[in-house]
Amino acid sequence: MYWNSELETIDRKSLQELQLARLNRALEAASRTSYYKKFFEDAGVDVSKVKTLEHLQDLPFTVKNDLRLSYPDGMVAVPKRDIVRMHASSGTTGKSTVIYYTRHDLDEWAGIVARGIVATGTTADDVFQNMMGYGLFTGGLGLHYGAEKVGCFVIPASSGNTLKQIQFFQDFGTTVIHITPSYSLHLVEVIREQGIDPHSLTLKKAYLGAEPYSEATRDRIQDLYGIQAYNSYGLSEMNGPGVAFECIHKNGMHLWEDFYIAEIIDPVTGKQLPDGEEGELVLTHINREAMPVIRYRTRDLTRFIPGPCPCGRTHRRIERIKGRTDDMMILGGVNVFPSQIETVLMNTPEVGNNYQLILERVSNLDKLHIRVELNSSMFHGDLKELDALRKKIGEQLRALITINPRIELLEPGSLPPSMGKAQRVIDNRKI
Amino acid sequence: MPHQVSVFSENKPGKIERITGALAKKSINIRAITISDSGDYGIIKLLLDKPEEGAECLKEEGIAATLKEIVAIRIKDRPGGLFDAASLLRQNSINVEDAYGFMIHSHEDAVFVFQVQNAKTTEKLLADSGFTVITDKELYLL
Repeated sequence: MYWNSELETIDRKSLQELQLARLNRALEAASRTSYYKKFFEDAGVDVSKVKTLEHLQDLPFTVKNDLRLSYPDGMVAVPKRDIVRMHASSGTTGKSTVIYYTRHDLDEWAGIVARGIVATGTTADDVFQNMMGYGLFTGGLGLHYGAEKVGCFVIPASSGNTLKQIQFFQDFGTTVIHITPSYSLHLVEVIREQGIDPHSLTLKKAYLGAEPYSEATRDRIQDLYGIQAYNSYGLSEMNGPGVAFECIHKNGMHLWEDFYIAEIIDPVTGKQLPDGEEGELVLTHINREAMPVIRYRTRDLTRFIPGPCPCGRTHRRIERIKGRTDDMMILGGVNVFPSQIETVLMNTPEVGNNYQLILERVSNLDKLHIRVELNSSMFHGDLKELDALRKKIGEQLRALITINPRIELLEPGSLPPSMGKAQRVIDNRKI
Repeated sequence: MPHQVSVFSENKPGKIERITGALAKKSINIRAITISDSGDYGIIKLLLDKPEEGAECLKEEGIAATLKEIVAIRIKDRPGGLFDAASLLRQNSINVEDAYGFMIHSHEDAVFVFQVQNAKTTEKLLADSGFTVITDKELYLL
């Protein structure tokens, strides 16, 4: 089932022609903006010389800081009266980054979100409860308009207010939810506390996004709710959610290449990597009038999955995001991603759904302190069993990260529950 | 078969207060309490007059609690009172994993409560050898 079969199954050659035409249009628009005009001049590049897709590699990267420097509107390529919406990042580490959309941009965005939703088998018969934050954050509104386009019954529940969410599941027969993985794990505990069997609910699917998570966490969410969980990828710089979405085969996310030119680069050298190798995803938005963004370094690590997908879509698939380049922890000289530790923890049934990683430096040595909650239903009242559990987790992690973590078992519910994006890593190291 | 309630607890101030508070609210009486700890955390073992209800009310509070089978025998409160029972267990290679004892107000008898691998056969062995095994109902009403 396709939303737009013509574009979703377009042959690669026609897709590349479309990409080049759109790229030239985006570059032309970008060079009209005050920020990119100077940016290209400073880099000594003439964008009118980009005649093939390969020429894109001659252009400089745009990074997060460029968006901050262009604040508030240095990258806007259309008159203000044509803009109908903005979104902005929280700006916890500096000025907000603001993204602009024309009416056409919003409609196009909703279109690719609709593609993703339909690719998972969702139809107008579904009741879609959107549990991502509405407002400046793109997560809520992004899926909202796509689901409406598909014709779903949309409940704009936003995040938090957990008891009301559960009430809505029951009263409106919700079949599809959009939620962060960490909040879904908290929610399922509250459902149980209410004496409700999560499997008895009408839920069929979850769209998980907005934070990196492991395959083990997906398995856990699927088992706990008795549903299918699909990966969704997006970032506000590229509109928001919907940039890439899993189809029913759940083997990587189709990245809509008629909207984005995707490259995988070595994060250190900036050079493109051969197909199938893991590196940093770089995206060029070639289908947004209000704000073109060229070669944006997402800081997300992934790779292209080689070969075609049985669903027939010709847009390449990216693997689940392993982490962000800035999430990488260097522990005693070894590179570790929180998602690797999460895989071990979530594959351990005795461990609950919430965890925290605390990094410390004690006499010049990196120490990792892992705080996990005990899963109540796996507690048998035996102290030896708990000590053996800690040892088991410790040994599995030592094989992965070489240093010996301290594992602290906590009572269920003692870590702060996540209502949106979870804060799992606390780095107390003074460098 | 009598049961105690075993509770997982972090080794921090206020933990016993939280558990006992939840039990008090439900008018559940504690007959005996013992704690084994392992550094950051430990297990609090509670002998309650209503163990099933107690475990349930703790779980409702979000506390990790579970019912654990125990063996309880009545012994004389005098020197060597426990020795006879301990000898019998040793002769039959039964390992006591965890134990505690308490006196009954009359000061004539004491109660020895312990955990073993196979509670049923241990109970039978003790009863067959003339020990007074305390049933669940008796234990909770002591």
